[in-house]
Amino acid sequence: MIEVKDLHKSFGDTEILKGITTNFEQGKTNLIIGQSGSGKTVFLKCLLGLFDYEQGCIAYDGKIFSKLSDAEKRNLRAEIGMVFQGSALFDSMTIAQNVMFPLKMFTKQSKSEMEDRVNFVLKRVNLENAHNKMPSEASGGMQKRVAIARAIVNNPKYLFCDEPNSGLDPKTSIVIDNLIQEITDEYQIVTVINSHDMNSVMEIGEKIVFLKNGYKEWEGSKDTIFKTDNTSVTDFVYSSNLFKKVRRMYIEENE
Amino acid sequence: MKTLILKDIDDLVIGSLGIVAFISFFVGGVITIQTALNIDNPLIPKYLIGFATRQSIILEFAPTFTSIIMAGKVGSFITSSIGTMRVTEQIDALEVMGINSLNYLVFPKTVALMLYPFVIAIGMFLGILGGIAAGVFGGFTSLEDYISGIQTDFIPFHVSYAFIKTFVFAFVLATIPSFYGYYMKGGALEVGKASTTSFVWTSVVIIILNYLLTQMLLS
Repeated sequence: MIEVKDLHKSFGDTEILKGITTNFEQGKTNLIIGQSGSGKTVFLKCLLGLFDYEQGCIAYDGKIFSKLSDAEKRNLRAEIGMVFQGSALFDSMTIAQNVMFPLKMFTKQSKSEMEDRVNFVLKRVNLENAHNKMPSEASGGMQKRVAIARAIVNNPKYLFCDEPNSGLDPKTSIVIDNLIQEITDEYQIVTVINSHDMNSVMEIGEKIVFLKNGYKEWEGSKDTIFKTDNTSVTDFVYSSNLFKKVRRMYIEENE
Repeated sequence: MKTLILKDIDDLVIGSLGIVAFISFFVGGVITIQTALNIDNPLIPKYLIGFATRQSIILEFAPTFTSIIMAGKVGSFITSSIGTMRVTEQIDALEVMGINSLNYLVFPKTVALMLYPFVIAIGMFLGILGGIAAGVFGGFTSLEDYISGIQTDFIPFHVSYAFIKTFVFAFVLATIPSFYGYYMKGGALEVGKASTTSFVWTSVVIIILNYLLTQMLLS
């Protein structure tokens, strides 16, 4: 579990995160949602240790990140997998080399063991025949799947995804969402997803944290989000007529 | 790390041999021709053509001006490749994995460029060879006079001075472009701007260090 208590983060005089307290549970897909500028990316980067914060604490299974030594932070980071918005695959490496990279850096496995593991995770994300392709030769959906494969290759305890569906067509988005949920369930990892995609919210949001202007405005799940009367959430999530209809139908069905 | 160093040696050092060889050979030829054309006094011995070419190539052209050319080629490559990694979050990916990205990206380039004096040595040799080709085949001097000229008043420390400068410039070539690439912010347009800025500052620092090193080592 990742616990966040009273997290404050500023850039100069501008306070971006204003005392966020929440937790992200193991074996669940935890979504952070909110409008652009609400502080989602800053929050995610604080969780990842890419940004320092002024106040509050983040604890990974009880280990407070800011109190860890450099060596302990390195060990913790080896347990983190991250899927970046733009995939962030290394251009100069093939897909197989990209996936093998964390194993090379953090394990002492033999080459054949690493190759077996790479084959396994690439098969897991349905990319059996893409080993020798360069990232530039892969489609957006393939790149996202490679990024997921790279993120899970080292058996992480924590998986972070920054807008994993951005730039993907709806069908591929669902494939990626389902893949993330299956992996979360299968390996019982803590998955935190930063998303704008309302389909993802409805499909895989086992826990949803809604941020607004740097505050945690609401938290719940894909089931409770239909019933909430928080107007900030409903204005954001049900902004399109389609989702308004879906919500109305859901409420009518459950009355 | 070993693989990265070997890759950077290939990209930065071996990949520069062609352009350095080409430029050195022809600039050596031009120096010889211009020196020959400016010696119109019959009392000045012809061997001075070889002497002047050697001094120009070893003392200044090979170490300093080749380094400025390399600031354009190698420096821009380093800035744009690291800058692109910054823009596309590849550096963040390294950091999240717990890898010291600065060390991972800059250290291999710095080590690889410690072989840069090897490129300059080839540049010196080809510059003088270009001088022979242009001087002898162009009819500006004889082979004997040219050979005699490049042996006249030879001071071995001048070669050491050139290589000391080259080592310092190699460090500059690795670090300043890396700095501009690593700390850049923005998108693709800023990568281009960072490359240009890095070239300008690398050149400025090389010129200033050239002056200071010359003052310290030769005066």
